[in-house]
Amino acid sequence: MSKPKDRPWLLRTYSGHSSARASNELYRANLAKGQTGLSVAFDLPTQTGYDPDHPLARGEVGKVGVPISHLDDMDVLFDQLPLDQMNTSMTINAVAAWMLALYIALAERRGVDPAKLSGTTQNDIVKEYLSRGTHIFPPGPSLRLIVDTITYSVPNVPKWNPTNICSYHLQEAGATPVQELAYALSTAMMVLDAVRKSGQIPEQDFPNVVGRLSFFVNAGIRFVEECCKMRAFTQMWDNITRERYGVEDAKKRRFRYGVQVNSLGLTEQQPENNVQRIVLEMLAVVLSKDARARAVQLPAWNEALGLPRPWDQQWSLRIQQVMAFETDLLEYDDILDGSPVIVDKVQELVDGANEEIARVAEQGGVLAGIESGYMKQALVKSHAERLRAIERNELTIVGVNKYTETAESPLTTSGDGGIMKVDDAVEQQHIDAIVAFRASRDNKKVGEALARLKQVAQGSDNIMPASIACAHAGVTTGEWAGALREVFGEYRAPTGIDISGQHGGDENLESALRERVAKTGEELGRPIKLLVAKPGLDGHSNGAEQIAVKARELGMEVVYEGIRLTPQQIVAAAQEEGVHMVGLSVLSGSHGAMAEMVLDGLREVGLGELPVTMGGIIPDNEHEALKRSGIAAIYTPKDSDLNAIMAEMVDLTRSHNKLKVFGAL
Amino acid sequence: MNQATSVDVKTLAEGLARADRSCVANALNLIDDKRPGAHEQALQLLTAIDGERLNQGGHLIGITGPPGAGKSSLLSALLERWCHRGLQVAVLAVDPSSPKTGGALLGDRLRMSAAGQHKNLFIRSLASRQQLGGLAPEVWPMSRALLAGYDLVLVETVGVGQSEIDVANIVDTTVYVVQPASGDSIQFLKSGIMEVPDIMVVNKSDLGSIATKAANELTQVLHRSEQHTAWQRPVCKLSARDREGIDALEEALKAHRDHLRAQNSLTSGRMQQQVAYIIRQLNDEFGSHGIKKLGGSKQIAAHCQSLHGTGQMLASYNAWVEELRR
Ligand code: B12
Ligand SMILES: Nc1nc2c(ncn2[C@@H]2O[C@H](COP(=O)(O)OP(=O)(O)OP(=O)(O)O)[C@@H](O)[C@H]2O)c(=O)[nH]1
Ligand SMILES: [Mg+2]
Repeated sequence: MSKPKDRPWLLRTYSGHSSARASNELYRANLAKGQTGLSVAFDLPTQTGYDPDHPLARGEVGKVGVPISHLDDMDVLFDQLPLDQMNTSMTINAVAAWMLALYIALAERRGVDPAKLSGTTQNDIVKEYLSRGTHIFPPGPSLRLIVDTITYSVPNVPKWNPTNICSYHLQEAGATPVQELAYALSTAMMVLDAVRKSGQIPEQDFPNVVGRLSFFVNAGIRFVEECCKMRAFTQMWDNITRERYGVEDAKKRRFRYGVQVNSLGLTEQQPENNVQRIVLEMLAVVLSKDARARAVQLPAWNEALGLPRPWDQQWSLRIQQVMAFETDLLEYDDILDGSPVIVDKVQELVDGANEEIARVAEQGGVLAGIESGYMKQALVKSHAERLRAIERNELTIVGVNKYTETAESPLTTSGDGGIMKVDDAVEQQHIDAIVAFRASRDNKKVGEALARLKQVAQGSDNIMPASIACAHAGVTTGEWAGALREVFGEYRAPTGIDISGQHGGDENLESALRERVAKTGEELGRPIKLLVAKPGLDGHSNGAEQIAVKARELGMEVVYEGIRLTPQQIVAAAQEEGVHMVGLSVLSGSHGAMAEMVLDGLREVGLGELPVTMGGIIPDNEHEALKRSGIAAIYTPKDSDLNAIMAEMVDLTRSHNKLKVFGAL
Repeated sequence: MNQATSVDVKTLAEGLARADRSCVANALNLIDDKRPGAHEQALQLLTAIDGERLNQGGHLIGITGPPGAGKSSLLSALLERWCHRGLQVAVLAVDPSSPKTGGALLGDRLRMSAAGQHKNLFIRSLASRQQLGGLAPEVWPMSRALLAGYDLVLVETVGVGQSEIDVANIVDTTVYVVQPASGDSIQFLKSGIMEVPDIMVVNKSDLGSIATKAANELTQVLHRSEQHTAWQRPVCKLSARDREGIDALEEALKAHRDHLRAQNSLTSGRMQQQVAYIIRQLNDEFGSHGIKKLGGSKQIAAHCQSLHGTGQMLASYNAWVEELRR
C-alpha cells in the first residue's frame, strides 16, 4: 500500500417534495444509503416568498420542493437529524437570509450552538435574474441582503457558507464555459467589493470572508474542456483573491465548489443514455485533484421526464459511490499536471474569461449588465446558437439527431410513467395548516417582530438579528418576504430575447417556414401575432425564450413578457394585444392548474375560441385530459425540432381561421 | 385572398366610446386588418366615432427618444398616477420590426404596468413594420379610435430613423426623453430633430450631476432657439425609477394641452393629422398619379378642411377611393 486514499467529496442528492414530514423521511433514508450531505429543494412559493394560501401559490405548493413556512416546519424537516453533525445545503436565494434565520433559530431552540452549524445557503441573486428566476427584490436591496448574511455569518456561524456563487444555472440557460467563468467570477468580485464597502467587517478579518465564499458549478458533456474549466476557475480565483483582495493564506484562496452536472443536455428520447452522460460529466469535476469538487449532486436518468423517485436518486448516488470507492481515482495526485494540452486549453479559457470580465466591467459592472439586459442576451444567444447547431446536425446528440432508432425501454413502461408525481391534495393540506398555525400563535409578538424587521430594512442595520427574532416569534415565510416587499419593492429582470439577427438555423427549412408565415399573415390581414407566456411561479424560461426567438426569426410578431405572470395578466395580454394564438410554457408541474385558469379566463372575456398550446414538462399520461379541457397542442422536451413546432403552430392558426393547412414541413 | 369578416360597426363604435375592452381590442384588430373589406369597415368605424370628442377631447401624447432612455419606465410612472386617479388610459407601444424577416418582439407591457393590472388601462403593442424605421401607418387611426373612449392616449416609439418625426405629426404633445449620458444633448442637436419635442425630459436624474449638466445644456439650447414663440419648451429633469420629478412633467403636459386649447390649435392640429392621414392613404394606394387626378394634395386638404366638424371627411375620402378605383 502506498499513501492513503484522499477523502471523497460530499455526496449529496438534491431533494425535497410535498411536505416537511415526507422530505425528512426521504433525507433519513438517503443518509442511510450512504449520502454524506443534505441538499434541500424548496417549493416555488417558499422560494419566492409566499405562504401556501397566497393566490400566486396556487398549483405550486409542495410540487418541486418542500414548503417551509415557519420554524415548526423547519423543525419537522430536520426531525431526528442532529444539526451540529449535518452538512446542509439549501438552494435558497431571495429569502436566503430568512431560511438561515430559521435554521439558526432551530439550532437555538434545540440548544445547539450556531457556531457548530455547517452548510450553505445559495444566496446568489445574479444568476436568479439571469437564469433561475426566483428573485423578488431589485438588485440594490438584494445585494444588501447578501452582504448582511455574509457579515453576520462569518463571525457568528463561521463554518457556514453564506453565499454560493453559481455558474451552474448559467450553463443551464445556455452559457459557454467562458461565460460561466466570467459571470461567476465577476459576481464574486461584486459581492466581495460590496462586503468591503459595507464596513461591517474589520479589514484584518476580510480574508475570512474571502475564505467563506464558495461556488456552485456545472459540468457538461465536453468533459475535457469542463475539467479545464475547473482548473481555470481555481487558477483565476487564486489570482483574484491574492491580487485584488490581498489574501496571503493559500487555504483561504482555494476555489471551493460544489457541483450539479449538466441537466440541459439530458434527453427525453432514449433516457437511459443520460446515465452515461452523467458519469462522464462527473468525471470532469473529480478527475483533477487540484480542482476537485467539494460536493457533488447528480441528476437522474429520468431528468427530462419529471421528478425522480427514490430509486432513481439512489441510482445516481451509487454512481458517485462507485466513482469514489471502487475506482482508484482517489489514490493519486493530480493526474493532469504537466500535460501541455491541458495547460493550453486552460489558458484559452482564462484569456476568454478575462476578456469578458473586462467587457462587463466596462459596461458598469454586473448589476448594470443585469439591468441593461446585456448578460441575459448573451445567454439567450448562446443557447439559440446551441439549438441551431443541433438543428444543422453539427452538434450530435445521440438519440435526438442521430441514432434515433430504439427498442422499447422497460424503464419507462412502469405504471407510474417512470417519475414521481406529487399528490395534488397536499396543497389544500398546507393551506389548512397555515391558517391554523396563524390562529394558534401569539399574533402580537408576530406584529412586533415584523415591525422591527421593517424598521431595520429601512435603515442600514444587519437584517439577520431581526429575522432570527421573527423566526422565534412565529413569523411565516410569506410575512417575512411581504414585509421586505413593502420596503424594497419588487423587480422584473430583462428577458434577453431582444437579440438581433439570425442564429444560423437550417436555411432551407427556415425560408420555407418564413414563406408560410408571410402568406398566412397576408391571408389573415396582418402578421401572425403570438403570445408566448409563462404562468405561475415557474422560472424555467429557456423553452419560452427559444420559441419566441425562433418565431420572430420566422416573421411572427411575438409578445413575451418574461416569467411569473398571473393567468389574469396573460388573459389581459391576449385580449389587448389581439393575438392569433397563445403559447404557454410550464415546467414546474403546475401545468394542470395553469391551463385551467388561463382557459377559464379567456372564455370569460369571450376568447374561448383562441387556440392555446402548451409546452414544458408534461407527462404523457396527462396530455389527453389537457386536450379535452381545451389545449390545442402539447410539446415536451422530445419535440426538440423547433421548426416542426413552428410549422404546426402556423397550421393551427390557419385551421382556426378556416384556412387550408400546409401540412408537415 | 380571403375577405375580412364583417363586423357590426355601430356596436364597435359604441363600445369604443365606453372603453369596453373587448370592443377596443376588436376595433384595433379591424384597423390593423389589410384584407379587402376591412379597410372600408375601419373607415366606417372611424367615421362613426368622429365628432366633438375627437376634435377636442382627451389628450394624445407621444413619447419618443433613443433606445433605453427610459420611455417605458416613465410611462409606467405616469400610468400609475393616472390609473390611480381613475382616468381611462390607453397606450400604443411601437417596437421595431426586423427589417429582414418582418418579425418583431414586443415586450414592454409589464415594464409599463408594473403597478399591476388596472381595469382602466389598455396596452397594445405594435411592430413598426416599416423598412426605414418610421411609424406604422396603423398608429394614427388606432390612436384616434382610442381617443373615443380614453382620457389619455399615449404612443411610445423608439426614436430611430423617421419615427420621432412621424410621431410628432400625429399627437398633440410630443415628449422627448434622453438619458444624461455625456454627449447626448449634443447628439440631439446634431440629429436635426430640434423641432420635435414640446417637452424635453432628462431621465435618470438619480445618476447625479451628469443629469443636471445635461438638463442645463438642453435648457440653454432650447431657449436660445425660441425666444419669440408662445410655448417655452420645458426641460424636465426626473427619475422614472425613483419616481422623482414626475409632478413637474405632469404639470408640463397639462400646460401644453391648455396652451394648445388657448391657441385653438388642439382642434386644428387634430384636423391636420386627419388630413395628412387621408392624403397618405390615397398616396399609398393610388400614388402621386391618383393624388393629381383629385386636383393635388392642396386641393384635397382644402376640401377636407371645409368638411371639418361635419363628420363627413372620411365619407368623402371613401368617395374618392371609389372614384379612383373606377
Ligand atoms: C434547464 C433547467 C433548469 C434551469 C432553468 C434555466 C432557464 N432560465 O430556463 C435551472 C437550473 C435554473 C432550473 C431550476 C429549477 N428546476 Co429545472 N430543469 C431544467 C432542465 C434540465 C431543462 C429545461 C430546459 O430548459 N430545456 C431546454 C428547453 C429548450 O426545452 P423545454 O423547455 O422543454 O422546451 C421545449 C418543449 O418543452 C417545448 N416547449 C416548452 N415551452 C413551450 C412553449 C410553447 C408555446 C411551445 C409551442 C413549446 C414549448 O418546446 C421546446 C423546444 O424543444 C429540466 C429537465 C429537462 N432536461 O428537461 C429541469 C426541470 C424542468 N427542472 C425541474 C425543477 C424541479 C427545477 C427547480 C424548481 C428545482 C427547485 N426545487 O428549485 C428549479 C427552480 C426553477 C424555477 N424558478 O422555477 C424539474 C421539474 C419537475 C416537474 N415539472 O415535475 C425538471 C423536469 C428536472 C427534474 N427532473 O426534476 N432548471
Ligand atoms: N437609474 C435609472 N435607470 C432607469 C430609469 N428609468 C429607466 N431606467 C432603466 O433604463 C433601462 C431602460 O428602460 P426602459 O424604460 O425600458 O427604456 P425605453 O426607453 O422604454 O427602452 P426601449 O423601449 O427599449 O427603447 C432599464 O434598465 C431601466 O431600469 C431611471 O430613472 N433611473
Ligand atoms: Mg420601451
